[in-house]
Amino acid sequence: MTENNISPTGDNRLLAETHSTRKIGWLERTVGPDNYRILKGLVKTPASIIGMILIFIFILIAIFAPVIAPPVGNDPYKMPRDGFVGEPKAPGSPWKRNVPEIPFWYKTVTGNEKWEHLLGTAQGQYDIFYGIVWGTRTAFKTGFIVVVATVLIGVILGSIAAYYGGAVDNVIMRITDIFMTLPYIMMALIFSAVLTPILGRSLLPPLIAMIAFGWMGYARIIRSDILSIKERDYVLAAKASGLKNGRILFKHILPNAIFPTLVLASLGIGDVVLGFAALSFLGIGTEVGYADWGQVLSFARNWITSLDKYWYIVVYPGVTLTLFVMGWNLVGDAMRDVLDPRMRGKS
Amino acid sequence: MTNYIIRRLLLVPVLLIGVTLIIFGMLQLLGPVERSALYVRDFPKNEKQIEGLIRKYGLDKSFFEQYWRWLNGVIDPGSGERQGGILYGDFGYSRTASQPVVDLVKERFPNTVDLALWTVYPMLSVGVWLGVKAAVNQNKFIDQAARMYSIIGTSFPTFVFGLLILMLLYAKLGWFMPGKMSDWVSKLIFSGQLKQYTHLLTIDALLNLRFDVFWDAMRHMIMPIITLSYINWATFVRVTRSSMLETLRQDYVVTARAKGLKENDVINKHARPNAMLPVVTMAGGSIVGLLGGVVITETVFNYPGIGKASADAAANLDVVTILGLAIFSGTILILSNLIVDIVYAFIDPRVRLA
Repeated sequence: MTENNISPTGDNRLLAETHSTRKIGWLERTVGPDNYRILKGLVKTPASIIGMILIFIFILIAIFAPVIAPPVGNDPYKMPRDGFVGEPKAPGSPWKRNVPEIPFWYKTVTGNEKWEHLLGTAQGQYDIFYGIVWGTRTAFKTGFIVVVATVLIGVILGSIAAYYGGAVDNVIMRITDIFMTLPYIMMALIFSAVLTPILGRSLLPPLIAMIAFGWMGYARIIRSDILSIKERDYVLAAKASGLKNGRILFKHILPNAIFPTLVLASLGIGDVVLGFAALSFLGIGTEVGYADWGQVLSFARNWITSLDKYWYIVVYPGVTLTLFVMGWNLVGDAMRDVLDPRMRGKS
Repeated sequence: MTNYIIRRLLLVPVLLIGVTLIIFGMLQLLGPVERSALYVRDFPKNEKQIEGLIRKYGLDKSFFEQYWRWLNGVIDPGSGERQGGILYGDFGYSRTASQPVVDLVKERFPNTVDLALWTVYPMLSVGVWLGVKAAVNQNKFIDQAARMYSIIGTSFPTFVFGLLILMLLYAKLGWFMPGKMSDWVSKLIFSGQLKQYTHLLTIDALLNLRFDVFWDAMRHMIMPIITLSYINWATFVRVTRSSMLETLRQDYVVTARAKGLKENDVINKHARPNAMLPVVTMAGGSIVGLLGGVVITETVFNYPGIGKASADAAANLDVVTILGLAIFSGTILILSNLIVDIVYAFIDPRVRLA
């Protein structure tokens, strides 16, 4: 923009007419025009706005989980059990054992004096409502951890491959190819089964397994982004002034290349949660009774002959998981259009 | 072309070594007792037996030496028999299935192929048809509906969709059932009245002209077929639609319209064939994925294929079995990817020249 102000006549009114003089807000100034366009894409289409609203609702549920479903006992992630009967109980049946405290909203919303199983109980009398509410926290936790770790691994490997090129690039990218050949869910399943005897039943085995087989996409994206940036003038200038490779890579190239990857990655949370729920559904990962959506759904596996009677053990947790993933996918879909290189320059 | 095929073939051993190294690396995380299950059926009971096994099979040697022994097996000095050795088809003994892993694969893989065989057609045809329709009617109702569907479809977890299908078509209506076959069919096979030519139940039923058996097999397979198609349609619609939109903008489509061809011919003869290249790539990947084992779908519908076997073994922490199955699926994937790539090079000359 500074160029525009220096005109031969000292008068820039003519230029002001030909160039747009729209105001540049603080956000655009901080993140730069390209990245600003990406952020604006987040709230452009009705679909992505619905997606943002869905995500926002889930964030609220996660934050206010202790108010929505007050924990019973010391570990809030353990779903409270109302007895040990196998058969699921219908929504609205009274809660007899391990009753949680009654939160302030309860009477006004439900018109009831005592806790009941709002969405019914799953096999073993685990309260489904509680599992869904606290499962939201589990979902964000797993999604966040896996996305951060996979992006970190992907960015490190991808940028090293792109920056050094040649044999280094070849070796790293062939390893990436080999990891990509393997089917994701099956490998995550296998690796968590191998890790479970070593680490015990917890969140860790599925998380590590999903990280180990989830970084390849990010490595590829960041590699191609860096390849296009590495020949820019300011990188050559940094090289000419004798900076060390590491400093050029991490201070000059990465900050300019990483933003699209970060946006895409944060939208990957939906897929991660989907994968994690699938693993729990298959009986891998957390101990029985841990509040996570896949586990609540896995109880339904033993009741398939009478699912028409016990529909609530599938429908409520299933719809929750689907809405969560859909929120991220709606935003992600809008993002893909914005990040598509053919769309550059159109806003 | 020959050049391309040779280059592509040279990649196969590299991939195979890579995949086996990854899987063997996982195995090395375990202690020698678990690893000894590769060679012996009974778990060692006391310290002395464990030490004997470690010495006998070199379970304390260096990583690469053990990797070699794992690939090549160990010759028993007493009997002179080879034990273990995945190169010789010995993947160890599966505790959960109470049979050698190889026999488990032989029993289960035909079922996975059977399911894949009947899924391919509905998966491809409907997905592509809807994608083309959406692109041709861009921004009209059917396009909006197809786009909405492709987002909802990719968000619908396979197992939730599967459970809902079970709830409706099995528990409520009783039209179809989970599993692989009814009791009377398994009795028929057991008594040898149904000759097994291919071990694919549907094909065998047709070859034996037993249409009742065929119908029974279909009633068990329709729910997984619906689920797999539904899940894959979403991606096919998306890819076909965007590729078709791209093609409709090309000059030769404009030319075809300008010379006065019917709109149907423009779309079906000029645009659609050219828009199919990315769809073919996707289709190759999806079919390969179906063969590699569909863990979740097979588990939900209790369908005894490779995927269900892996899920069962994983849930019971039977490491030898799952790693054996992983090597098998990995090999199947690498080989079928090879075929897909070569077929693709035939269709699209740009691939083999690159």
